[in-house]
Amino acid sequence: MTGLGEAFGAAWVLVTGLDPGLARIVLLSLQVSLSAAVAATLIGLPLGAAIAVERFPGRQLLIVLLNALMGLPPVVVGLLIYLLLSRAGPLGSLGILFTPEAMVIAQTVLIVPIIAALSRQTIEDAWREYSEQLRSLGARRLRAAWTLIWDTRFSLLTILLAGFGRAAAEVGAVMIVGGNIDGVTRVMTTTIALETSKGDLPLALGLGIVLIMLVIVLNALAALIREVAQRRYG
Amino acid sequence: MALSRRNVIAAAIAAFALLGLQGTAAAQKNFITVASTTSTEQSGLFKHLLPVFEKKTGTQVRVVALGTGQALDMARRGDADVVFVHDKPAEEKLLAEGFGVQRFDVMYNDFVLVGPKNDPARIAGSKDIVDAYKKIAAGGAPFASRGDRSGTHAAELRLWKDAGIDPNTGKGSWYRETGSGMGPTLNTASAMNAYAFTDRGTWLSFKNRGDLVIEVEGDKKLFNQYGVMLVNPAKHPHVKKELGQAFVDWMISPEGQLTIAAYKIGPDQLFFPNAKR
Amino acid sequence: MLPLALDQLTFSVGATTIINCISAKIEAGPRTIILGPNGAGKSVLMRLCHGLLEPTAGHIAWQGARNRDVRRRQAMVFQRPVMLRRSALANVVYGLQLAGKSRRESTLRAMDVLEVVGLEHQAGRPARVLSGGEQQRLALARAWALGPDVLFLDEPTANLDPASTQDIERIIQAIHASGTKIIMTTHNLGQARRLGDEILFISNGRLMEHTPIDRFFKEPVSSEAAAFIKGELPWH
Repeated sequence: MTGLGEAFGAAWVLVTGLDPGLARIVLLSLQVSLSAAVAATLIGLPLGAAIAVERFPGRQLLIVLLNALMGLPPVVVGLLIYLLLSRAGPLGSLGILFTPEAMVIAQTVLIVPIIAALSRQTIEDAWREYSEQLRSLGARRLRAAWTLIWDTRFSLLTILLAGFGRAAAEVGAVMIVGGNIDGVTRVMTTTIALETSKGDLPLALGLGIVLIMLVIVLNALAALIREVAQRRYG
Repeated sequence: MALSRRNVIAAAIAAFALLGLQGTAAAQKNFITVASTTSTEQSGLFKHLLPVFEKKTGTQVRVVALGTGQALDMARRGDADVVFVHDKPAEEKLLAEGFGVQRFDVMYNDFVLVGPKNDPARIAGSKDIVDAYKKIAAGGAPFASRGDRSGTHAAELRLWKDAGIDPNTGKGSWYRETGSGMGPTLNTASAMNAYAFTDRGTWLSFKNRGDLVIEVEGDKKLFNQYGVMLVNPAKHPHVKKELGQAFVDWMISPEGQLTIAAYKIGPDQLFFPNAKR
Repeated sequence: MLPLALDQLTFSVGATTIINCISAKIEAGPRTIILGPNGAGKSVLMRLCHGLLEPTAGHIAWQGARNRDVRRRQAMVFQRPVMLRRSALANVVYGLQLAGKSRRESTLRAMDVLEVVGLEHQAGRPARVLSGGEQQRLALARAWALGPDVLFLDEPTANLDPASTQDIERIIQAIHASGTKIIMTTHNLGQARRLGDEILFISNGRLMEHTPIDRFFKEPVSSEAAAFIKGELPWH
C-alpha cells in the first residue's frame, strides 16, 4: 500500500508540472461548478428570501423539505437529470446529455436546496431584526426581501461558497450526466474516481489535494472579502 | 460605489463560467459518442487509439466508459452513436431487438484469474479455469466479483455455470459482489486478498496490486472478444450515421487494426486485432 | 389626520392581556408622553397606534384619513435603531424612495436632514460603524426626512449616554417645532418633564391617567402614578 507522502509528491508534481491536460480539467471543474453556483443562486436566493418573509400555508412543510433536500444524494440527482436529458427522455431533443451544460444543470439541481435553505435561514434571522423598521418605512414584502438580501450579502457569499464547494466536490451526478469523457466532460472529481479505479491511488489522492487547495484558495478569498467588507460596512 | 464594483465582480465570474462553457461546446461540432467499457478506457487503449482517428477524420470521439450492460442500455436509449463492448451474447440480443445495425468483431484479449500470492485454493499455474473455480468454491476462499452486469461479470458467471456452481450460495461468506467497475473490484480484492476475475488489459494497467498475482491464464475459455456496432438510426434518428459508421469502418480497417496491435504497456501487447475482412 | 382616537383598544397574546381596553383621544399639537413602569405595555401601545400590530379588540381611528395615507404620514424611531448595511445618506434615501420620491429629490432632502441632525460629515460613512448616539440621530433623520404628521418615538434615548441624549432631545424639539406631532414613550421622568406637554400614564396595560404634564407631577390621580413618581424621582 502506498503512503500519503507519495500522494503529496504527486500533488506537487501536478501543480508544478502545469500539465495542460490537468489545467483543462481544473478549468472545466471551476467553470461547471461556478456556473452551477451562479445559476443556483439566481434560483435559490429569491426562493429562500421569499420563504423567509412570506407567510403561507405549507410554509413549514416547505422549509422541512428544503432542509431535507440539502442532503440529496448526487447520484440520485444525476440519474434524474440523465433520464430527463436522455434521448429517450422528455428533454432528449435538446441533445445535451454528456456535455458540460448537462453537468451544470445537475449540479444546479443539487445545490439549489442548499442555497435556498441556508439563505432562508439567514434572511429570516435578518427579517426578525429588520421587520418592524422596514414595515414602518413602508416597505412591501418584495422590496423588504431585496433589502434583506443586500444587507446580508456577506453572509450570503459564504452560502454561495458552500454551494460551490458541494458542487465542486460531488462526483456522482457529473459522472452520470457528463460521462467522464476525456477532454469534454472530465472534471477533477471524475478524474479522481477514474484514477482510483485504475489503482493509481497516489495520483488520485494528489488530484484530491489539488482540488482541496483550490477550494481553500476560493474560500480564503471570500473570507478576505467578507472581512474587509464587514470592517467597512459594519 | 460598492454596488457597481460588486456587480462587476459578479458579472466577471458569470461571464467566465458561462462563456467558457459555450466555448467548449461550440468548438466541437463534429463528434460522435461511443458507449464503451471500463476495460478499454482504463487500459489506456482509447488514449492511444482515438488521436489517430481524430487526426485522420477531424471527428472527435467522446467515450463514455461503463459496464457492458450499462453501455448497451445507453445504446437502447439512443444516447450513443456507437457501442464498443465485450459481451457477444448481450450484443447479439441488442441486434435482435433492432437497436444495432451490424456487429463486427474488432479485437480480443483474454481474461485472467488473479489472486493472493499465498494462494489458499492451490490453483496457481493451472490452465483449467473451471477446475480452479471448483477449488475456490470448495475451499471457500474469498472471491471478489464485479456484480455489475458488465461483460467481464457475464463471462465470470458463464464460467461458474460451467463449473456447476451457483456462487450465490457463497454470498455472505466467500463470494463478494462489489457492484462496481473492474478497477474498484481489483482494489477490493487487493485489500482483502481475494481472488478476482479480470480482463488482462485492466490488470496490466492496474497499479494498486498489493499481493495480487496472476493465478490462472491461457485457458481457451478465457477468450475475451470485443465487438463494435453502429446504433440503429432507424430506432434513433438523431444517431450520427455517417460519422459513426466511419468510426466502425476504421476500427476494422487495416490501419485501425494495426493501431490496436501497436498498443503496449511495457513489453505486453494488450489487445489482439481479429476483424474478419 | 389628528386627533387619533383609541376606542377600547385591546391586545392579547394567548391568555395574556398586554393592552387592556384603552380609550383615549390624542390631539394635534401637544407633545404626548406615554409613561409607565417597565412591562406596562407602552411599546405595544405605540406599535398598535403605528400599525405594526393589529389590535385583538377595539379600534384605532385617525381623523379623516384613509388607510393608505395613514402609513405615509407617520414615522417611528425605535429604541434600537435598525441601520441598513449601507451609508448614512443611503439609509435616509432608502426611506424617501420607499415613499415614492425620486433619487435626486431623495438625496437633496436627505442631505438637508443630515445637516440638521449634525451628520452631514458622516453622510458617506457606513451607518453600522457610527456610534450609538450617531445611529439614533440618523434614525431620527430618516424618520424626519419623510415629513410625517406624527412621529412615534419608542424610548429613543434608553441606550445612550447623557451627551447623546441631549442631542436627541434637541432634535426632537426641532421636529416638534417644525409642526410634527410627537408621541413618545419613556420611563425617564426627567425626560418626560423636559419634552412632554401631556402624559398618558399606563400601568398593567391599562390607561391610568391622561393629563397635562404639570398636573400629572403635582397631583397624580391614581395611586400607581403617585407610586411611580415617588419611586422614580430619586433616580432622575
